[in-house]
Parts: sequence; C-alpha cells; structure tokens
Amino acid sequence: MEFAKLFEIIIAASLINNFVFTRFLGLCIFFGVSRKMETAVGMSITFTSVMMISSALSWLVFNYIMLPLDITFLKIIIFIGIVAGFVQASDTVMRKVSPGLYYKLGIYLALISTNCIILAVPLINAGERYSFIESLVFALGSGIGFAIALIIMASIREKLELADVPKPFRGTPIAFIVTGLIALAFTGFSGLIKL
Amino acid sequence: MEQTGAINYIDLIKNGIFKENTIFKLALSLCPSIAVTNNLRNGVLMGIAVLFVQVMVNITVSPMRKFIHPRIRLPIFMLIISGWVTVTDMTMAAFAPDAYKQMGLYIQLIVAFASILARAEMFASKNKIMPSLFDGIGMGLGFLFALSIISLFRELLGKGSLWGYQIIHAKPLLILVLPAGGFFAVGLLMGFFNWMSMRGEKNGHV
Repeated sequence: MEFAKLFEIIIAASLINNFVFTRFLGLCIFFGVSRKMETAVGMSITFTSVMMISSALSWLVFNYIMLPLDITFLKIIIFIGIVAGFVQASDTVMRKVSPGLYYKLGIYLALISTNCIILAVPLINAGERYSFIESLVFALGSGIGFAIALIIMASIREKLELADVPKPFRGTPIAFIVTGLIALAFTGFSGLIKL
Repeated sequence: MEQTGAINYIDLIKNGIFKENTIFKLALSLCPSIAVTNNLRNGVLMGIAVLFVQVMVNITVSPMRKFIHPRIRLPIFMLIISGWVTVTDMTMAAFAPDAYKQMGLYIQLIVAFASILARAEMFASKNKIMPSLFDGIGMGLGFLFALSIISLFRELLGKGSLWGYQIIHAKPLLILVLPAGGFFAVGLLMGFFNWMSMRGEKNGHV
C-alpha cells in the first residue's frame, strides 16, 4: 500500500506532471544546457542530487521549526536561503574533496542556485503536506522527469544543428517549437494515474 | 547632465521594452511566459506582479548599494527580492483569490527570476535611485508587454475570446490553450520579432 503510493508519486512527478513539459518550470536552464548531450547528463545528475538533499533539508526545517513557530508565511525566504546556502556549501566542499568532480559538475552548481525547480519542489512539498519519505520520492521523481526532458531535448538539438532552419527561427525559437511537439506527446501521459 | 536627464529616463524605459526585452530578446524568465498565459487576465496580472517586484527591488537595492559589502551582495539581493515577492504573494492571495489559485506557485517563483536579480546586480547596485526606478519600470513594462502579447495571441486564437468575453464565434484552435500550445506561441512570436528586427536592420543599412 505504502509502496504503491510512493510509486504513484514517482510516476506522476516524472511523467504526468513533468516539470518541463506540463508545469513549465526550469525553462531557462532547460534551453540553456540542452545543446549537448554531455552537459545535459552532467546537469541532470547534479540537479537530482541537489534537489533531493535540499528538499530533505527544507522538509526538516518546515516541519520542525516553521510549523511549531507558526511562521509558514516566511517559507519563500527560508527555502531560498536553504537552497542557496546548501549549493554554496556543496560547491566549497566539492572543490576541496574531489576537484575532478568539481571540474566536471561545478559550473552546473553555480547555475542551479537560482533555478525555479529547485525552489518549487520544497514549496510543493510544503503545500501538499507530504511526509518525509514522500518528499524525497517526489524530489527523485521530479529529478528523473527533468533528466528525461533534458536528454530527449539534447539528442534532438544535436541533430537540429545540421538542419536548415529558416533564419529568424534559429536558436531559441525553433527549440521552443520542438519542445511544444514533445509536450504534445507528453499530454498522452495525463490520466495514467488518478491522484 | 541635468538637461539630458529626461531623455535618459525615456531611453531607459525603451531599453527595457524593446532592446533588452526579457522574454523575446534575452530569453530569460521563460517559465511564467508559458505557464500563465492561456488567458489575457492572468498574463496581465502576472506582468503587473513582476513589474511591481522589479521596481521595488531596484529602488530598495539602489540606496543601500554603498552599505552592502560586495562579497555578500548576492545573498542580500536574494533576501530583498524574496521579501518583496512575499509581499506580492500575500497581496495577490488577499485581493485576487481566483487568479491566485491558478498561478500562486508561479507568483512565489518570481524569486527565482534571473532577470530581476540581474537588474539588481547590473543596474541598481551601480546607479542612483531615480535611474534605477526608471530602469525597473522599463524592464517590468517589457515583461508585461511580452506576457500581454503572448496571452492575447493565445486567448484570441485558442478560445476566441478576450479577457473572458467571447469575440470570435467560430471553432477556435484549441491547441493554443493546451500546455503544448504555449511553446508554439512563444516560439512563433520570437521568430516573428527576430524577423522584424532583421528586416529593420536590412532597411536601415541599405
């Protein structure tokens, strides 16, 4: 029973309510890093791990500090503080502990701190009053969804480089139209699970 | 300097609306441009919310620029932005509850707008309060303008109505109000504006 609920959350977060295609969040990063497959994969890995840890931290703060003190109206300020602080901290730690990994993923970390998905996940968790495990699973599902979107998009855009696109549409406009087509395909997932 | 003041302010506003239009030219802060633009009312409300936050952030950052140590400026800016977003969020929830139900999450996520932080960093932290005010107005109006155009296009063609009033009595192009249609609409409009500016350049040079 419990497991089924968690599975539902993962499927819903990654496919049905895919952050990029149905909730339209994180588009700046989505269009920014989906030019090459390698960057797309690196971004997805960094993204999912940061998202899971920061949503766990936010859940703890929200449920053990903000709810008892009745200061939930400050959630935007506090969550962005948590995310930015955590990103900054992991940046510093990673640089010291594993320079190789930092060299590969460091630039994505800097981009992440002002990303809307990272902030949206704790906000949605707080809004839906998910339990701790549910919050983690939701973050994982969202990360998987974002990774799917990035990897699909990167593989299309690598081909798109060779295509003869009308001049005014080169770059971002054609990427938007391609995304629209993928989003159309993703509407097929709606109704897969009734929540 | 004094004489050119008035012209400069107008230039600042124009710069925000046309030359550095957040959505069509810089391609930043794209999330709400698709998420809330399936009808004109939501698009305009979102635009006004962003305009308000941008102006308030600019005029808060500008007088404080000499007291903020450069090392910690980004966290301080984030703090100021999230403070003003919280104000907007609570105001919207109180005065426009229906619209807030549909776009509450996106209002809260104004915090993560690259464009607002970028203006605070690039302009307001280096300029006096009056230019910062007008820069904020310009950038905010540019955003409002972009959102209005996108939502006008989508609501008119997708539902045949404007601001909720039925105008075209024919079968609408339903795809434009679907989530996927937002991407098409923004892509087409971006291409259109690029085409316009390319044509303008060509005519200007020849």
